[in-house]
Amino acid sequence: MADKLKFAFYWNASCGGCEVAVLDIHEKILDVAAIADILMWPVAMDFKEEDVEALPDQHIDVAFINGGIRNSENKKMSQLLRQKSKYVVAFGACANFGGIPALANFHHKESIFDRVYSETPSTVNPEGVWPQEITEVPEGELSLPTFFNTVYMLAEVVDVDYYLPGCPPPPDLILAAVEAIASGNLPPRGTVIAGEKSVCHSCDRVKEEKKVTGFRRIHEVIPDPERCFLEQGIICAGSVTRDGCGTRCLNVDMPCRGCFGAPEGVIDQGAQLLSTLTTLLDTDDLEEVRSIIGSIPDLSGYLYRFTLSDSLMKRRIVAELKDKEVASH
Amino acid sequence: MNGYEPKIVAFLCNWCSYTAADTAGTARRKYPANVNVIRIMCTGRMEPTFVFKAFAEGADGVLISGCHPGECHYLTGNYKAYKRSVGLEQVLSDFGIEPERFKMTFISASEADKFASVATEITETVRKLGPLGKVRDRVKSYDEVFVTGGEVSG
Repeated sequence: MADKLKFAFYWNASCGGCEVAVLDIHEKILDVAAIADILMWPVAMDFKEEDVEALPDQHIDVAFINGGIRNSENKKMSQLLRQKSKYVVAFGACANFGGIPALANFHHKESIFDRVYSETPSTVNPEGVWPQEITEVPEGELSLPTFFNTVYMLAEVVDVDYYLPGCPPPPDLILAAVEAIASGNLPPRGTVIAGEKSVCHSCDRVKEEKKVTGFRRIHEVIPDPERCFLEQGIICAGSVTRDGCGTRCLNVDMPCRGCFGAPEGVIDQGAQLLSTLTTLLDTDDLEEVRSIIGSIPDLSGYLYRFTLSDSLMKRRIVAELKDKEVASH
Repeated sequence: MNGYEPKIVAFLCNWCSYTAADTAGTARRKYPANVNVIRIMCTGRMEPTFVFKAFAEGADGVLISGCHPGECHYLTGNYKAYKRSVGLEQVLSDFGIEPERFKMTFISASEADKFASVATEITETVRKLGPLGKVRDRVKSYDEVFVTGGEVSG
């Protein structure tokens, strides 16, 4: 079967949901197996880094890479797969925009380690054991990847050919991508394999006048299943999110969380959602505005749930790191 | 930091605050040249994206100024700007930007003195806080290993 396509799947900083999404195409996975050999898939197969290194350059047809770039291993493996592949597809919200792991960009390495290895109520670490990049043991030296201060998106470390957004990408879009590759009928490089407009375009909820007196979270109310979430005061990112998901969340009475990123023409999804939400408030009392907006829990997290690496500001400025920063100018 | 001159970006509405800046000039009221004015028809046009973009590209402070409440040429634009500004204050603080670097005020066309004093105040406050630099440089300097492609283990 020399004519078979060669695929690779890889995970960086991710939850594993994208791996499951590949199997969400159900029995069609057999069709994929019929047209393609898989040369790397850590979650399911036993190929190692050395096996990929041994391949000639551009030997793999398509590498589907999910997850954000959290550490040096993520970066190194992405670069290796780029070198060995004809096409690289950024698979899922984390590879596309940083995703959930990128919310850590509101913090930095020290504060994350502090939290995880000493502060959380469930942590018992009286000796203050922290992971070290290099550890000496009698048998020799053990090494761990370097943990970056910032979570990057895949396109910041390698050239990406196609973008398949979503948390995780829906089966029909995965299949569309695989079919396009199999048929050789490829869209222009850089294409986002999804819609262009916003989720509202496909959402068939009734939309009337958008004026609210406050914001509530979805678990605090029983929403009207026929009516626009925003009009019910429930934060929904549909208006600032790329279409193409089939409104899967909205169909089951969950507001859009924004996992497809910004639609065409929107630079910063979070900024746009901020603009939308705040101006829905139906009050001209300046103090009331302040108190309502102040009462939204973790506003920034809501706005940039999936796209912090892809935002204009990218990360928090850290006072402890600032001296270093000015010195480097 | 010697010779540091802060860069302030000011989004001023055509009908009130821009005219106030103009009046300040005509009346020879002094205000710092650090304030770079961008005229918009109404502060209702001010998208949060503009503010993030200014900070990302090297602005040290951002000023938004429109008509007094109830006096917007388009009725509600300044209220919209105020609502967005309140949200922006919160998000900017999560990005580690000091609250003094961002300000929304209401200045009418005749308040040239007020414009001059607001412009001076934000410039001097930001001067004390020091430069922010560009987002791109900041992200790189936090992860030198990332930029230099330094030795990667793993």
